[in-house]
Amino acid sequence: MTVSATSSAPVPPGLVVAQRLPDLLLPVKVRRGVFGFLRNNPTIAIGGLLLLGLVFIGIFAPYLGTVDPTALAPAKRTRPPSADFWFGTDALGRDIYSRVLYGTRVSLTVGISVAVLATLGGLAIGLVSGFVRWTDTIIMRFMDGLMSIPPILLAVALMALTRGSVGNVIMAITVAEVPRVSRLVRGVVLSLREQAYVDAAVAAGTRTPMIILRHILPNTLAPMLVQATYVCASAMIVESILSFIGAGTPPTIPSWGNIMAEGRALWQVKPFIVFFPAAFLSVTVLAVNLLGDGLRDALDPRMAKGL
Amino acid sequence: MVSYILRRVLLTIPLMAIVALFVFSLLYIAPGDPAAVIAGDQASPADVERIRQSLGLDRPFLVQFGTWFWRILHFDLGTSIFTNLPVASLIAQRIEPTLSLMTLTLVLSLLAAVPLGVLAAWKAGGWVDRAIMAFAVSAFSLPVFVVGYILAYVFALEFEWLPVQGYSPLANGFWPWLQNLILPSVALGCVYIALIARITRASMLEVLQQDYIRTARAKGLGLRSVLFVHALKNAAVPIVTVIGIGVALLIGGAVVTESVFAIPGLGRLTVDAILRRDYPVIQGIVLMFSFLYTLVNLMVDVTYTLIDPRIRY
Repeated sequence: MTVSATSSAPVPPGLVVAQRLPDLLLPVKVRRGVFGFLRNNPTIAIGGLLLLGLVFIGIFAPYLGTVDPTALAPAKRTRPPSADFWFGTDALGRDIYSRVLYGTRVSLTVGISVAVLATLGGLAIGLVSGFVRWTDTIIMRFMDGLMSIPPILLAVALMALTRGSVGNVIMAITVAEVPRVSRLVRGVVLSLREQAYVDAAVAAGTRTPMIILRHILPNTLAPMLVQATYVCASAMIVESILSFIGAGTPPTIPSWGNIMAEGRALWQVKPFIVFFPAAFLSVTVLAVNLLGDGLRDALDPRMAKGL
Repeated sequence: MVSYILRRVLLTIPLMAIVALFVFSLLYIAPGDPAAVIAGDQASPADVERIRQSLGLDRPFLVQFGTWFWRILHFDLGTSIFTNLPVASLIAQRIEPTLSLMTLTLVLSLLAAVPLGVLAAWKAGGWVDRAIMAFAVSAFSLPVFVVGYILAYVFALEFEWLPVQGYSPLANGFWPWLQNLILPSVALGCVYIALIARITRASMLEVLQQDYIRTARAKGLGLRSVLFVHALKNAAVPIVTVIGIGVALLIGGAVVTESVFAIPGLGRLTVDAILRRDYPVIQGIVLMFSFLYTLVNLMVDVTYTLIDPRIRY
């Protein structure tokens, strides 16, 4: 027989004192509130802060020492970065600093719009496919077909059909992203349908729309939010690629892809034209990806160890 | 196994039919009248009408799709509006650089990504793991042309180790071919390496917690044998799946990489076709790449049966 070593009473003869064992689970410091959450999830904090900064830049672009990003100045072509032209000027003498700052608007608009539209579209299609069984085969075969077309090529083909405009770019990328989102939603819905609480709701006579609204939809939110950030990052890259190869945002609008496309011919002699939009694009995509990774770890602790 | 493979092959056929229908309807609703484009500015309405009839553009949608699909099955992808050359031969002319680029990228990426992923999983939580994952997140965030320009600037312009741009066919020797393709392949492979390394790590982490791994270690098997034989083989299915899915990234990225490095491949053909609105060419390229992508994923499905004998549908 053993007694705990923590009892302060003298040990009676004939008994053995149990060894004091170290704590198996280290105490977890509980942090509360928004700041506690951010301290626990530094990637969300970093990604979110960067993104907030970029949103700020996008909104206040006209007040951040910029000039008209489309103003031509043939006399001041391809100037290297200086006190007057922080990021230099391009082949037409336009101020790259202003163009890059205004370009933030295009990238963020496209990224966020595509994320919202593709998520809503994918959610609608995935819910129908997961709940109305007879549509499942038809919808998913069609989605498989769409997914067999590499997304950038699909967006390129769609853009070839239409006039270049920011709206059309958003639509083209959304169409290319929807199949993946709807597949994810369908998978989540199919696994949620098997849950006991859904059976219970059915047994209690709850109608299907109510089950979807009350029991299915809230549970798809976390994976959807994470997926939306990845869609946003991917959409910003695809937008810049489309603009870069001349199938995206019209050249009259300064977008990062357009600035790089225009700097392409000169990049060996004037690398700064390509460098600044490239750096902004990379940082923006990185911020969104960090936010996505952080959200995934925070919202789904089971996944935290993986990926 | 034969019946499984046969079933998978048969399933691919309706898939390709859906792709074909989609690609066809895309260009069916395309703005602009191909007949008017071919006839030119000086043509009378009667001329345009005659050309339209000779192209069969006045017939119903499904009839047009039927004849078009029948021709596709005979490898006739139509004629380019601009060059008047058959699309199939345009693609055939340009396919070597693109396939070279994609193959080399695939090989280099696998050689880099799988060991990186295994290493990260083995050292999970340590600084090696953190470094590899930090690299993966950054590589995932860098658009392919950004990586391309950085690499070209450092290794071609500054150090002058490798050519800045261009392509040398494999027929002109292996070494020049490799020299020209190494930078584009690394640039294109970055995202792919990140993707595969991440999934390898995730999949390995799960497997390394299994009892049979502890047993293998306990009976005295070497670390390398445990990691690369016991663990990797059991972690392989998700990795192979992602390799297949990631080919879509390679195809999209190849279009851009070829623009950055001035490689005369299908990507350049695509860009030219978009700028000229040469719809038959765009159609042909999208179909060809979709077919390639489907084929790769079919091969992935077949590979499952080799990796995991339990898979027998």
